Amino acid sequence: MGWLLALPFLWPIAIGLLAFVARRQPQLSRRLSMAGCAGLLLIAVSIFMQALDQGPVAAQMGNWPAPFGITLVVDRLSAIMLLLAALVGLSVAVFALADVDQHRETLGFHGFYQLLLAGVCGSFVTGDLFNLYVWFEVMLIASFALLVLGGEREQLDGGVKYVALNLVSTLFMLMAIGMIYGLTGTLNMAALHLALAEIDQPAATHMLAVLLIVAFGIKAALFPLYFWLPASYHVPPVAVTAVFAGLLTKVGVYALIRTFTVIFPADFGFARELLLVAALATMLSGVLGAAAHYEFRRILAFHIVSQIGFLVLGLALFSPLALAGTVFYMAHNIVAKTNLLLISGTAKRMAGSFELLKIGGLYRASPLLATVFFIAAFSLAGFPPLSGFWAKLMLVNASLHQAAYWVAAIALVTGALTLFSMSKIWSEAFWKPHPRSTEDAGTPLPISALPRAERFQRMAPAIFLVAITLAMGLFPQPLVEFSQAAADELLDPSGYIRAVLSPAAR
Amino acid sequence: MESALVIVIGVMTATGVYLMLASNLLCYLFGLILLSNAANLVIFVAGRLTRVVPPLIPKGAEAPVEPVANALPQAMILTAIVIGFGLLAFTLALVVGCYRELGTIDADNMRLAEPLPEPSTGSSTGHRGD
Repeated sequence: MGWLLALPFLWPIAIGLLAFVARRQPQLSRRLSMAGCAGLLLIAVSIFMQALDQGPVAAQMGNWPAPFGITLVVDRLSAIMLLLAALVGLSVAVFALADVDQHRETLGFHGFYQLLLAGVCGSFVTGDLFNLYVWFEVMLIASFALLVLGGEREQLDGGVKYVALNLVSTLFMLMAIGMIYGLTGTLNMAALHLALAEIDQPAATHMLAVLLIVAFGIKAALFPLYFWLPASYHVPPVAVTAVFAGLLTKVGVYALIRTFTVIFPADFGFARELLLVAALATMLSGVLGAAAHYEFRRILAFHIVSQIGFLVLGLALFSPLALAGTVFYMAHNIVAKTNLLLISGTAKRMAGSFELLKIGGLYRASPLLATVFFIAAFSLAGFPPLSGFWAKLMLVNASLHQAAYWVAAIALVTGALTLFSMSKIWSEAFWKPHPRSTEDAGTPLPISALPRAERFQRMAPAIFLVAITLAMGLFPQPLVEFSQAAADELLDPSGYIRAVLSPAAR
Repeated sequence: MESALVIVIGVMTATGVYLMLASNLLCYLFGLILLSNAANLVIFVAGRLTRVVPPLIPKGAEAPVEPVANALPQAMILTAIVIGFGLLAFTLALVVGCYRELGTIDADNMRLAEPLPEPSTGSSTGHRGD
């Protein structure tokens, strides 16, 4: 069992190192990248199946018993995050074959990409705060490299802002870890749950909670801490933005969920009030930013921020329904968001720009692409019967159950504004004719003009992801049930703790 | 000893944060160094300061005979130092790259990725009615 839980990061690291060695042979490194992502998907599926019928499973590395050694643990939340990471990883890897130029490939794109996936998956399986820090760093350094790979001027500019603010988050996290260790003497998440429940030092625990909220909040792009994201996400190649948008901020949210369900005791209301205010402000300010912009990718970048607000809202409301809503929203959002960015890349390839005012006529150039965009965008905006509708329905329902009417109101306003900015993209990029007056004019390239391999590499991932979105929307029941089971596990972490700490699990 | 170290950590953190707030990237780098060392010292103090021997087990014994120092914070600091050093090296290279390519290390002058709205583009075009 132990080796299976270690595979989600060992496998991509191994493939990544091979890809670095082979980076000067594009064909070989591309094949390695494909093999790595396909293998990761198999690993994620088998772990998912296991977590589905056994509940939380844990493994102790090197057979050191739990609070002392390195623990890997997978419950339902980690399992579905792993699965989503693998799905997004594979889709974006296929898209990257068409989108990332050969110069970047020889600089080691595929290797860094695999390392990024290793960091993301490592963060999901670890059961120990310090290891979480280490995996965050693996993820961070790979993302730094991917962001500035190629060294264009814009990339350096955006990269500086990304690096500067993310390093602050890292240091906050490290300080919080040091203080938690000083307070409790352990960093194992399950052991921390027991230790922190016994410690009666509200000042210390409150300070630690705030430090962790700031640290993970920067990673997750919460309200006052998100400015690095719209400043930097639109500078690298689209494939990189897509995987960042799909996975990186969600790892921050995952860490927040873990922290405030498993680590801190359940009656710890202080952090949730803080998170609630941050979540609402994130939702609104993100979507307002999206409404104000006129560049395809920057609109989508602001939407990432806005949707992080929804995810954290579920955690802040902290009821079974709300947490289930967060899990569902996470699944829906990772798929839909990645897909929208992939589509923006294809739109740029066909129409020549990301500036909405300079492009147009994409519907005529490719009805298929337009349909895929339409489904993904309206799912994001929460249109029934698409997946975003069910996710928002669960969250709004949860807030109504707690008589938090203004929370529900803000959620609905955000949904309406999301719809507004999505229809802005729709009408400008897809519906209106191409503005021939601008200097880089010309009708958009019809998609059939692309080489066959490139067409496949660009469209197959988008269609695959939109099929998942549709399946989630039309048949939501299995995922809703799964989310509820995951939320129950989070609200009552005794199964998680037993899996980690009981001697039988060794 | 603890209180002295706590004051040192506090001063380092304050100085580090102050330097990181500067728009000059070189100042930011120095702040980063100070703050990451402060974080490492926090872990170090968290492991309790004692005058005890290294955690070595004498030959023939099953467990250490004397009280031993806690090895875990040291292992964590070592990891954190290595990671911090890697990140610092990367950031330094990035700042150098910025200076070469953009000709500035003042973050306020870096507006390539986020151009200020001009009269012809940006949000002011929202009312162009079509």
